[in-house]
Amino acid sequence: MKTFKVLGGGCRNCEVTAQLIEEAAREAGVEIVLEKVTDMAEILGYGVMSTPGVVLDGQVVHAGGIPAPDQARAWMQG
Amino acid sequence: MFDALGALIAFQLLHLDPASALGAAVHFFVMDVAKIFVLLVVVIYVMGWLRAMLSPERVRDFVRGRPDWQARGMAVSLGAVTPFCSCSSVPLFIGFVEAGIPLGVTFSFLIASPMINEVAVVILIGVLGWKLALLYVLAGLAVAWFGGIVMQRFRPERWVEDYVWKIRVGETPRAEPDRSLLGRHRHALGEVKEIVGRLWRWILIGIGIGAVFHGFVPADWVSENLGGESWYRVPAAVLVGIPLYSNATGVIPVAEAMLTKGVAVGTTLALMMSVAALSLPEMLILRKVIRWPALALFAGVLAVAFTLVGWGFNLIA
Repeated sequence: MKTFKVLGGGCRNCEVTAQLIEEAAREAGVEIVLEKVTDMAEILGYGVMSTPGVVLDGQVVHAGGIPAPDQARAWMQG
Repeated sequence: MFDALGALIAFQLLHLDPASALGAAVHFFVMDVAKIFVLLVVVIYVMGWLRAMLSPERVRDFVRGRPDWQARGMAVSLGAVTPFCSCSSVPLFIGFVEAGIPLGVTFSFLIASPMINEVAVVILIGVLGWKLALLYVLAGLAVAWFGGIVMQRFRPERWVEDYVWKIRVGETPRAEPDRSLLGRHRHALGEVKEIVGRLWRWILIGIGIGAVFHGFVPADWVSENLGGESWYRVPAAVLVGIPLYSNATGVIPVAEAMLTKGVAVGTTLALMMSVAALSLPEMLILRKVIRWPALALFAGVLAVAFTLVGWGFNLIA
């Protein structure tokens, strides 16, 4: 079970990022929990200033744009 | 090359008359679509390779704790080379405030970032020539520099929403970016897909408007109504640009069409800057962190600055 957080103020790019992760998880058959974080205090709490950002199990793995599908697939490994 | 491609499609494939309005418009459209998209893909790919992960988080670490003029110089130049999604302006603003970076410097960054970016610059060079590209960049840097200083004079701190001051930026371990050749190639390719995916609509709309202007608006009408030396053309261009919003890249074909029809350089530059940097949606996003007086002031300072730039260039030219 992997825990994902998508950091971002709810703009279109954040939606796309969340969908991308859900799709990659479905493809890989990995069970995930995905939470969209829109609270600015929490987003900045992760040290992320450029959204959308992605947090995987407490670690910031991406920030500043929509991640590449390859990247999302890689997050499902291991 | 692109000229020839446009001619091939418009005049030989579609059998349009080169002298007709439609023929000229289609020729312009095909030529610019080919030229701008080829340039776009090449520039973004090359930049994706070169960019050493220059993120706003890095910018903040560079800028914090520097003396004012150094901080401003860095904020302006880094703003010019770091692209960011406009929805990032709120976390960015808060992050800068939290680092103790003066608000005036933050505003300089917020002005420079949408107005100047490497994609717009290379396309400007390709479409309008390096002289105009250089003028645009220098004017943009000057506006960002002095705009921030003027904003600071009004003590904008009093208009920042209270909660902003309370937020603390945390440190979380970051995954290291992949620096191998393949990793860089993937990153560059990803950038191309993401940025072209985000911009293509704006650019097509811009080229469409440019093509219609180029083909259907007679040069006489332009010189009578938009050209000439009258002082009010420039502020009028700035006002027209405020409700219009496009990416800096999308306005370039419109500017190209205007210039070829004889609109003055200063008037064209003022419109470009206004469309790219002064946008209502952007302002509404910033409303989350600063109150209306600061937003109105921000818009006012920019409008005045663009007008001065336009007048200046019309005088020189």
